[in-house]
Amino acid sequence: MEWEVVIGLEVHVQLATQSKIFSGASTAFGADPNTQACAIDLAMPGTLPVPNEEAFRYAVMFGLAMNAGIGKRSVFERKNYFYPDLPKGYQTTQLEKPIVGAGQIEIHLEDGSSKTVRLHHAHLEEDAGKSLHEDFHGMSGIDLNRAGTPLIEIVSEPDMRSAAEAVAYLKKIHSIVTYLGISDGDMSQGSLRCDANVSVRLKGEEALGTRAEIKNLNSFRFIEKAIKVEAQRQIDLIEDGGKVVQETRLYDADKNETRSMRSKEVANDYRYFPCPDLLPVVLSDEYIEQVRGDLPELPDAKCARFEKDYGLSAYDADQVTQERATADYFEQVAAESGEPKLAANWVMGELAALLNREEKSIADSPVSAVHLAGLIARIKDNTISSKIAKQVFEAMANGDGDADTVIEAKGLKQVSDTGAIEKLVDDVIAASGAQVDNYRNADPDKRPKMMGYFVGQIMKASKGQANPQMINKILKDKLDALL
Amino acid sequence: MHQLTIAEIIRGLRDRQFSSVEITSHLLERIQQLDGHYNSFITVTGEQALAQAAAADARLAAGDAPALCGVPIAHKDIFCTNGVRTSCGSKMLDNFVPPYDATVVDNFQQAGAVSLGKTNMDEFAMGSSNESSFYGAVKNPWDLARIPGGSSGGSAAAVAAQLVPGTTATDTGGSIRQPAAMTGTTGLKPTYGRVSRWGMIAFASSLDQGGPIARTAEDAALMLSVMASSDSKDSTCLDRPQQDYTASLNDSIAGLKIGVPREYFGEGLDGEVGARVQEALKQYEALGAELVEISLPHSKLAVPAYYVIAPAEASANLSRFDGVRYGYRCENPADLRDLYMRSRGEGFGEEVKRRILVGTYALSAGYYDAYYNKAQQIRRLIKQDFVDAFQKVDVIMGPTAPNPAFKLGEKNADPVAMYLEDIYTIATNLAGLPGMSLPCGFAHGLPVGLQIIGNYLDETRMLNAAHQFQQATNWHQQTAPAAE
Repeated sequence: MEWEVVIGLEVHVQLATQSKIFSGASTAFGADPNTQACAIDLAMPGTLPVPNEEAFRYAVMFGLAMNAGIGKRSVFERKNYFYPDLPKGYQTTQLEKPIVGAGQIEIHLEDGSSKTVRLHHAHLEEDAGKSLHEDFHGMSGIDLNRAGTPLIEIVSEPDMRSAAEAVAYLKKIHSIVTYLGISDGDMSQGSLRCDANVSVRLKGEEALGTRAEIKNLNSFRFIEKAIKVEAQRQIDLIEDGGKVVQETRLYDADKNETRSMRSKEVANDYRYFPCPDLLPVVLSDEYIEQVRGDLPELPDAKCARFEKDYGLSAYDADQVTQERATADYFEQVAAESGEPKLAANWVMGELAALLNREEKSIADSPVSAVHLAGLIARIKDNTISSKIAKQVFEAMANGDGDADTVIEAKGLKQVSDTGAIEKLVDDVIAASGAQVDNYRNADPDKRPKMMGYFVGQIMKASKGQANPQMINKILKDKLDALL
Repeated sequence: MHQLTIAEIIRGLRDRQFSSVEITSHLLERIQQLDGHYNSFITVTGEQALAQAAAADARLAAGDAPALCGVPIAHKDIFCTNGVRTSCGSKMLDNFVPPYDATVVDNFQQAGAVSLGKTNMDEFAMGSSNESSFYGAVKNPWDLARIPGGSSGGSAAAVAAQLVPGTTATDTGGSIRQPAAMTGTTGLKPTYGRVSRWGMIAFASSLDQGGPIARTAEDAALMLSVMASSDSKDSTCLDRPQQDYTASLNDSIAGLKIGVPREYFGEGLDGEVGARVQEALKQYEALGAELVEISLPHSKLAVPAYYVIAPAEASANLSRFDGVRYGYRCENPADLRDLYMRSRGEGFGEEVKRRILVGTYALSAGYYDAYYNKAQQIRRLIKQDFVDAFQKVDVIMGPTAPNPAFKLGEKNADPVAMYLEDIYTIATNLAGLPGMSLPCGFAHGLPVGLQIIGNYLDETRMLNAAHQFQQATNWHQQTAPAAE
């Protein structure tokens, strides 16, 4: 039996507005508990929500970037349930009339293929606070700093067929929200969280299987692993004659398994109804067009432009444009150095490796775009070889200054002086009598291979600084003269 | 001094006939001596009132007096007052001291008014008799064995007993107009959105509206001129600045077209009450107005629609009272569920619990369409009735309540009979229209209220009609016997 996995994602993205969606309190992360919660966030009696128009604008930007319809009259509703970190006893959210309607995006997979994923809708809502269960001696602590932080919940259609597709979709969402600047997308701080609806069915079947919802996945790696392990659980269950139950499950990263949450929480009747404290959000066509006009260049458009303007391969262009900060960095290096292909290679190669090793984002890169461009310029003008360039790059990463400073200080400048190279070649030939004899006695077609030994010796003697093309030419001339 | 109207107090203060400290002290003494009979105040803020009065006197002396400078008032205990306990008539908030002022409270402070304290009310404004207050029932100054109406019973009784010349109140289904009618006072519920709801503890957000209770239409106009403002803190508050509602009080009402809805004079209306209202209408004819019979065909549906919508909204609005952050918390909760169940079970009274249950039921899966959606449809029909009527008439008049004040305890066993007391007032809340009640005589020895319903934002015309009636009659000048 061949099984097919069907995945739909609900992604919660915290919007990077200065203040909360219905109050003036700050949304900054990491403050002391309850220092960023005002009377409205605490749901004090008589307080009322005042909508933050910036949150509406961010949601519209997102909708337009997802090629989605914009709800010109969206309505906030109350979702009623009791929980200590939900101060009003209801969450203000949207249900029947969301601000973003159906849309679609292209996702790019590692094998180079593309796929369209449909967006069901996206709506605005407020985040809840946090319950802290440690350090309170049998009680729970409540931190309402996060309560009222604006979220968009992005609901996909069940269009993904593998964990890899789900990750690619999520990366695309991440890419779009960070390109738009509407979220910092920081998953470690909960700025982007994901619930995955996973079901399985036999390949070729039309009807969807019963789904399980895996809650609160907060890293790309966990999402991939959680979906894989949940799909396998369902397949094993069915193959053993069991049935999948519709339920909410939690992923345990330590044990790499999903576990059922109490079903009581699923059986809630949320008693949604339109919030009488808030007017419907009415958006004019002019407003929507103005937001559209202000949209920045998005990843797909940037990718196409990089292919066309910089001659990058589709793969390279896609890699370099996944994150806006990377794309901006690349463009600066390409512009300053005039060598876009080299720039792309360095950004995806040495720079990516460095950042990965040091666990830094490109925004905090130890090597600036200007410095990298300077290095590439020295490769291009033959001041240094590519090999030496890596040495210079490491030095720049260690804070030793720009490429020229490092090359100068360490004396790494490439030797391109004919006389100097001739001398190096002569010295090596003189010291390698046996190898020269072998060369002379060898078949002509074997001789090019034998040159490697001499080149190695000459490079060694020059400490890697001799111009390799010049060595090759001068060496061949001199060896051939001995024939 | 306690017999003076707000208009008279303003003149007296400016003419130096008396000081704000003098009248404030006088009224505080009266409250202390007499309110044991009425129970119209939950909290009296004597010290603070005298400090405000002294400050007002200084401003009066300096010639820097805003509109209501030095005028004593009191706030219904539903309006949050910075530093002063705001209970909403509930055990749940018996210990609640807000760190902020309601916009209404702030507006009166800006206008220089002196607040004597917080008036009693039905718990969370749920009631028509002021018997559901955690602080005990309020007695009607006209007959201490009778209710003063509700939910703003304390605000109405305090004015009727001449403890204070004007009070703030709120009206969700008649809670200003019905107690005004039953206590012989003049009460006004503005157009929905005209008065900010910021800091006014919510019962049913789409219906709640603050307004004044006073002795005369002129006083109500003076208070409304201060109360009604735009407010960026309330999204549903209309974007209109304060305005002078006294400007047109003295205009002639000759030619005013008064709609008289036949549905407001049918079954259930006390005969004497009906007779007083008819006499008032005759008086209007004498003043040159024209009576036009109209129909509001969906009137009968107002009470059932209201008792779905208001409890539905209330069920969510009152969820915040969970014992977690402020207000009543039960002793030694065993766990979270116990904390919720006992805090709410012990903190709320019977009527509040009844409405939370009704509202929760109406919003439940499977019942939402049959109740909440159907009620919203009815609400639109009721609104359309009024829109159609106002094509033909300038104002609508009828009785405020079907009966005069009933006896304490009389309707406690029968919630539906109690709900029917608001049969003539509820429709205006559902439609969002302004309405007022003014005294128009007596039935069975008790005050009767004439209700005036105005078109949207047409409070000026409504007040003009009320003031002209009060110029021609003296019903509003009758004082309750116990207050003598």
